[in-house]
Amino acid sequence: MEGPELLLEVKGLKTYFFLDEGTVKAVEGADFSLLRGGTLGIVGESGCGKTVTAYSITQLIESPGRIVEGQILFHRRLNGVEGSPATTEVVDLAKLRPGSRSICEIRGSEIAMVFQEPMTALSPVHTIGDQIMEVILLHRKVSKKEAREQTVEMLRHVGIPKSETRLDTYPFQLSGGMRQRAMIAMALMCRPSLLIADEPTTALDVTMQAQILELMKQLQREMGMAVILITHNLGVVAEVCEQVAVMYLGEVVEWADVEALFADPLHPYTQALLRSIPKLGQSKKGRLDPIKGMVPDPYNRPGGCPFHPRCAQMIAGRCDQERPPLVRRPDGRTVRCVLYADS
Amino acid sequence: MEKCSVLLTVNDLKMHFPIRHGFLQRVTGYVKAVDGVSFSVCCGETLGLVGESGCGKTTIGRCLMRAYEPTCGTMIYQNERGETVDLARLPGRQLKPYRRELRMIFQDPYSSLNPRMTVLDIVAEPLRVHHLAKGKDLEDRVAALLKRVGLRPEYMRRYPHAFSGGQRQRIGIARALALSPRIVICDEAVSALDVSVQAQILNILQDLQLELNLTYLFISHDLSVVEYIADRVAVMYVGKLVEVAPTERLFNAPRHPYTEALLSAVPKPDPRMRSRRIVLEGEVADPANPPSGCYFHPRCRYAQARCATERPELHDVGQGQQVACHFAEELSLSGVRAN
Ligand SMILES: Nc1ncnc2c1ncn2[C@@H]1O[C@H](COP(=O)(O)OP(=O)(O)OP(=O)(O)O)[C@@H](O)[C@H]1O
Ligand SMILES: Nc1ncnc2c1ncn2[C@@H]1O[C@H](COP(=O)(O)OP(=O)(O)O)[C@@H](O)[C@H]1O
Ligand code: SF4
Ligand code: SF4
Ligand SMILES: [Mg+2]
Ligand SMILES: [Mg+2]
Repeated sequence: MEGPELLLEVKGLKTYFFLDEGTVKAVEGADFSLLRGGTLGIVGESGCGKTVTAYSITQLIESPGRIVEGQILFHRRLNGVEGSPATTEVVDLAKLRPGSRSICEIRGSEIAMVFQEPMTALSPVHTIGDQIMEVILLHRKVSKKEAREQTVEMLRHVGIPKSETRLDTYPFQLSGGMRQRAMIAMALMCRPSLLIADEPTTALDVTMQAQILELMKQLQREMGMAVILITHNLGVVAEVCEQVAVMYLGEVVEWADVEALFADPLHPYTQALLRSIPKLGQSKKGRLDPIKGMVPDPYNRPGGCPFHPRCAQMIAGRCDQERPPLVRRPDGRTVRCVLYADS
Repeated sequence: MEKCSVLLTVNDLKMHFPIRHGFLQRVTGYVKAVDGVSFSVCCGETLGLVGESGCGKTTIGRCLMRAYEPTCGTMIYQNERGETVDLARLPGRQLKPYRRELRMIFQDPYSSLNPRMTVLDIVAEPLRVHHLAKGKDLEDRVAALLKRVGLRPEYMRRYPHAFSGGQRQRIGIARALALSPRIVICDEAVSALDVSVQAQILNILQDLQLELNLTYLFISHDLSVVEYIADRVAVMYVGKLVEVAPTERLFNAPRHPYTEALLSAVPKPDPRMRSRRIVLEGEVADPANPPSGCYFHPRCRYAQARCATERPELHDVGQGQQVACHFAEELSLSGVRAN
């Protein structure tokens, strides 16, 4: 195959929640793509739609929420018969019905998720081992004994010591770091081609965070899977991602290679985010430069460019009136801001 | 260092929680959450306290607040009239005035505010309890406090759920400031916040410190934040301090292997600096059953035979830096600017 191969393309995704108080436009135009084996970071302040984007990809959005527009093209590799080359089939995940058989087949086996707070994703009343085994038994034709062996093996792989006995412990008996490892083991059981990790290290301290990130990198190398890493920690993005999508109020406002994004952020929101963080080894004991104001509540989404009330470069009469176009630059970066509309 | 008037001196502080077992609830051991910690804090200074989860940071804070009865040690505090008192020994009744002078801001802006109280009640409560204001005067003072932390006083009759994480943290700060404290213990005060809101709160904390001559004990596991806000930093591991130094020195020339590892684990927001990281394996040792010798030796890349048997003491290595490592003088460790 020539060049890098696409795994996922998200085009014009919109996901809304229809509530009595009004419509929450949680995702309002997300565009990005991801290569097979690649790593994409999704960053943005809380409430900007990162989690809803991830849930949309796996069709986990529950009523009153719904994907209302857009495509999520997943390039599935169909393992051909022994000897013949693998072929790919493109599925639009946005068109699959939540809870349908097709999405259930894909979710958990080809696309897996790791959640921010493992305690909410793991059942407190079942052992780690039983929960992980259930995933394989659901998706693969294996005996209970084989499932158990594979589980022990995977737990060892993600760095859980004494995995034969840890299998029989309950989630609350493990530390935060160990629980996150168990979650990762569960997600990887079926060797997915895409792992979506929603704030996998936010609840952990720095050393545990470094351990988990190293583990994810190592497993990714070994298994060739792609990763979407959702985080609000720009340091984590810089350490592990190849591409970055920056989200603000449901829109991907910038999408770029990680080096380009940090060296030359284009969107005023990206620039402001990068300015606002204290950087290790660079503090001059001055004041930090926070983004003014805060993310507006989702019922009062500003018109025009949603960032305009907080943007230092806002052009009155334009940014507050028209929705900025999605500009694709020659190098493939995209940015949604009028400052780049004429280039 | 500049001349400093010492506000608080903690000496050999220990907090051992008994582990009870069985029907008779017999004590079978102790969790040595804080095990012989000594440090001092100057007036107007920010002392950072860092370390991995479970190493005892919050417990130190709670001992200072006397939310826990320390097992032993002294906490000598110089009060507003210049008298010194040992907060560790003071009986409950006599503690009351000091509960005004030392306040704590908590980690979680969601659970630390009572959801059934309005913002007015939350911020006013300490003033009421100490009979410092009532009626219109009380409301005026709450309004002034809210303004000071950048919140609109018009919102004071709303409940916490109507506010964002950053706004709730501001409410928590306003409440902590209500009694004009002298020392504020910030326990992971910005850890749960978004980067941009975090920057706003850090700026507010710094402005307030200058305005009100506050002294902070700033507990956090985010070293970038600590570097930004602290004048000096104490590094804690399994109930003990392993290094104390002025911020610049600690970050540029750490002398303890644990400090070096912590610094190297911080993800740097610059893809060109993708570091050859020291990934500390394993977890913090169990404070109920710590390793022999230097508690850090099972995870230390520089450990030698002596480390497994002999416990290093915290000692001075010059330039205001103290280290508890047998080889502090010999090792050449890297700080954050080395790469
Ligand atoms: N009331 C208690 N009874 C028994 N053990 C306790 C108690 N409080 C804390 N501990 C133990 O003391 C140790 C230190 O806890 P502490 O909460 O001070 O850690 P910390 O450094 O603040 O961690 P974190 O970064 O996770 O907040 C831990 O092993 C903890 O389990
Ligand atoms: N189940 C839901 N019902 C209504 N609104 C929701 C729901 N889930 C998320 N939202 C709203 O969608 C927006 C995006 O949320 P989310 O994707 O969780 O943000 P992030 O992950 O970026 O912090 C927010 O305004 C949030 O309040
Ligand atoms: S479109 Fe206008 S308001 Fe929006 S980011 Fe660009 S300059 Fe700022
Ligand atoms: S005393 Fe030994 S084990 Fe402890 S930090 Fe120093 S070198 Fe490492
Ligand atoms: Mg989220
Ligand atoms: Mg704590």
